[in-house]
Amino acid sequence: MITELLLLMLSAVLIENFVLSRFLGCCPFLGVSEKPAAAVGMGCAVTFVMTVSSAIIYLIYTYILVPFDLIYLKTIAFILVIAALVQFIELFLKKFIPVLYNEFGIFLPLITTNCAVLGAVLLNIEKGYDFIYSVSFGFSAAIGFTLAIILFAGIRERLEFADPPKAFRGIPLALVAAGLIAMAFTGFHGISFS
Amino acid sequence: MMIKQLKEGVLDNNPLLIQLLGICPALAMTTNVSNALGIGIATMVVLLLSNLFISLLRKLIPNEIRIAAYIVIIAGFVSAVEMLIKAYLPELGRSLGIFLPLIVVNCIILGRAETFASKNKVLPSLMDGFAMGFGFTFALIVVASIREIIGAGTWFGVNVLGESYQSVLFFIMPSGAFITLGCLVALMKKLTSFPKKVPKNSIESLESESVTAEKVEEPVEIPAEEEVIVEEIKEEVEVAEKNDN
Repeated sequence: MITELLLLMLSAVLIENFVLSRFLGCCPFLGVSEKPAAAVGMGCAVTFVMTVSSAIIYLIYTYILVPFDLIYLKTIAFILVIAALVQFIELFLKKFIPVLYNEFGIFLPLITTNCAVLGAVLLNIEKGYDFIYSVSFGFSAAIGFTLAIILFAGIRERLEFADPPKAFRGIPLALVAAGLIAMAFTGFHGISFS
Repeated sequence: MMIKQLKEGVLDNNPLLIQLLGICPALAMTTNVSNALGIGIATMVVLLLSNLFISLLRKLIPNEIRIAAYIVIIAGFVSAVEMLIKAYLPELGRSLGIFLPLIVVNCIILGRAETFASKNKVLPSLMDGFAMGFGFTFALIVVASIREIIGAGTWFGVNVLGESYQSVLFFIMPSGAFITLGCLVALMKKLTSFPKKVPKNSIESLESESVTAEKVEEPVEIPAEEEVIVEEIKEEVEVAEKNDN
C-alpha cells in the first residue's frame, strides 16, 4: 500500500510530469517563469490549491454528485469549486497568514484558469482513486509542476543573455528550451518499477 | 467585414501563434491531425455558443461577478459538447480524454468573452467567435500536420510518405511538440513583422531606420579634420572681428 502510494507519487512527479509530459499548466509555465522567485511563488500556490482542491472535490464528487446522480454536472461543479476555493484561500491567507499572502497572493487569481488544477481533479475521478490516493496524486503532481517551473525559470534567466535570431526572442526560444527539458524528462520513462 | 475578421483570426491575431493562448491543447492534442481537428472544432463550437450568449446577456450580467458568470456559461456549453461527442463519436471522445472538459479553462474562450463578446453586439460576436475558432483550428492543424507527417509519415492516418519512410519519433514525443510550436511561433513572428506592413510600431523597422541614419551620418563624420579646420577658421574670424572692434 505504502510502496504503491510512493510509486504513484514518484511517477506523477518525474515520469508523467504534468507540464512536460501531460501538457497541463502550460500557461503559467510560460507566463510566470521569467524570474526564479516568481516561479517558486507560483509553484507553492499551485501546490497548496491543488492538494486542497483534490481533497474537497473528492468529497463533493463522492458524497454529493454520485448519490444524487448529478455526474453530468461535474465540469461545472468542479470549476466552480476551484474558483470558490481559490477565492476563499486568498481571503483566508490575507486575514490570517499575511506573510504567505504577500509571498504568493498575486498568483492565486491566476490559478482558477490553470488547467493543471482542473486536470488533476478530472484525472483523479477518471482513474477512480480513493481519498488518500487523490490527495497524494494532487500533491505530487503539483510538486512535479513546481519542479518543472523552477528548473525552467533557472534556464530562462540564462537565456536572457543569449543572442538568438530576432524572431526567436522571447516565447519561441522559451518553447524550444522547454522542449529540451521535456527531452531530458523522457529519460525517466526508462525507470521500471517491477 | 467578415473577411477582415477572418483574416485577423487566422493571420494577424491568431489566438495560438500570435496571442499564445490555448497552448496546452495545442501541445497535447497535435500528435495526429484527426485529434487536432476534433479539439479545434469542439473549441470553436463552444466559442461560438459562449460568444453568442455572453453577447446576448452582456447588459444583464453585473460587472462584479462577470468572470464567474462567464465561466458558468462556458462550462455549461463544454459539458453539452462533451456529452454530444461521447454519445455520437465515442472514439474521438476517448482519444481527446480530459482535454475535452479542459476546454473550460482554455484562455481563448474566456479571453474573447472578456475582450469582445461583452462589449459588442450579437452578430459581430458570433463572427468573432467563428474567426478566432477557425484561426485556432487552423493553427492546430498546421502543428499536427508537421508532427504527424514527420513523426509517423501519415496524414489523417493515411500513409503519405511511402512505406520506406523511417518515421522520426521525436516529433510525436512531448519534446517535439514544444520545439515544433516554438519554431512555428518564431516563423509567424518573422512573417508578421515585415517593415512595410507595420512601419511605425515594429521594433525591426525602428532598428532598420537607425541603421540608415548611421549610414547617412557616416560620410559627414569621416572628414573630421575638415570640421576642425572650419572651426579654427571661424575662431580666427571671431578673434579678428574682436580685434577689429
